[in-house]
Amino acid sequence: MKVHLPNSAFLGNIDAFLNTIDVSNPEILEITSNDKWISVHPVVLCMIASLGLEVRLKKPSGSIVCERFTATSKHYFERMGLFSFLGLNSEMEIIEHESAGRFIPLTQIQDSNSLSKFIEDMVPLLHLDQKHTEPIKYIISEIVRNVLEHSSSINGAIVSAQYYAKTKTIRIGIVDSGVGISQTIRHSHTAETDLDAIQLALTPGITGTTSKEGGTDYNAGAGLFFTKSIAKINRDYFILYSGQTLYKLLKEKSGKKIVLHSDPLDDKHSKKIKLPHWSGTVVGIDINLTETEEFTTLLDTIREIYTTSVRDRKKAKYKKPKFI
Amino acid sequence: MNNLKLFPIVGSFAENKDMARDIRVQQLIPILEKGEDLVLDFENIDSITQSFAHALLSDLIRNYGIDVLDRISFANCNKTVSKIIEIVVDYMQ
Repeated sequence: MKVHLPNSAFLGNIDAFLNTIDVSNPEILEITSNDKWISVHPVVLCMIASLGLEVRLKKPSGSIVCERFTATSKHYFERMGLFSFLGLNSEMEIIEHESAGRFIPLTQIQDSNSLSKFIEDMVPLLHLDQKHTEPIKYIISEIVRNVLEHSSSINGAIVSAQYYAKTKTIRIGIVDSGVGISQTIRHSHTAETDLDAIQLALTPGITGTTSKEGGTDYNAGAGLFFTKSIAKINRDYFILYSGQTLYKLLKEKSGKKIVLHSDPLDDKHSKKIKLPHWSGTVVGIDINLTETEEFTTLLDTIREIYTTSVRDRKKAKYKKPKFI
Repeated sequence: MNNLKLFPIVGSFAENKDMARDIRVQQLIPILEKGEDLVLDFENIDSITQSFAHALLSDLIRNYGIDVLDRISFANCNKTVSKIIEIVVDYMQ
């Protein structure tokens, strides 16, 4: 496998980065980077860390070849914990800055209790008020629990986040190298393509664990829909990449009334269907803190569309007696 | 009346649905099976996830019917907690 860290890869322009991933030869990971400046979304780091864990699992040493970073922003990758994740010595001597208020380094979460502990420890690091931490905690909990329950990923979930003071935006990445959305959804639904599976996974009330409306006692099929809705209401980017398909929720213009849709393809979005195959699932989201709606307002909006959507599908399946 | 305080079990952010399921199976169902009423007390809980509320309540509504809500009261819920409980109750009907 080959990955090139480009000059820039954020959710708006991440397609180009995804296109360059070479997934041939899963035994070795070769990492190269832009030699002048590298500025990337945390989800990119999560993806590289995840690939690194995969190849190291097969071959603990010598399976990662990383070109020496020369970009002036190289220390960022050391601070985010990328090199230690890859088992590499970066040979960078840096003074570790206090991470408070700036970033959450790459973290591997493999079980439910570790997730609860991570969320508890993460909140003070963000140094934000409750209005801003509520959606962040919510998203991380729901998406990482999805990974732990559905992905069958040996490495669990890789999480990372970064606060960008200039744009007042928190960018979050959550990645796994499990079975992917198509396989999960196909347990209970028909999905011919990765896009069909992604569409179903983002639809409220649909879960891979059952075809029953309302889910099981343990799964409702709401986590991804809530996460996408939080991004949409706050006019932010959200991406979901699994198999060969990328779904990207695009930013809504400021001032335009936000309408939630139960079908993600009715939202303003872009999609790419023939990307390099990602074995697992990649979730990236931005939360602009200047646009953040009160969480309770957001819940009112979600409640309306969620309930209507589930009820409509129940009605559609409701059978009437046939009198002849 | 059985009053179950959730904060000592789940903390201020109720998101661990394994815990929610354990509470339902080990504490809520035995109370309901005895024909008794119960109060779920959310004092000191700042927020919950929909997954937590679903794991706690959906199976009770499915198995006992929606009238089970006549026997369960929700105490000390802030706006976020009450809205998420409402979402789950809404879509389970």
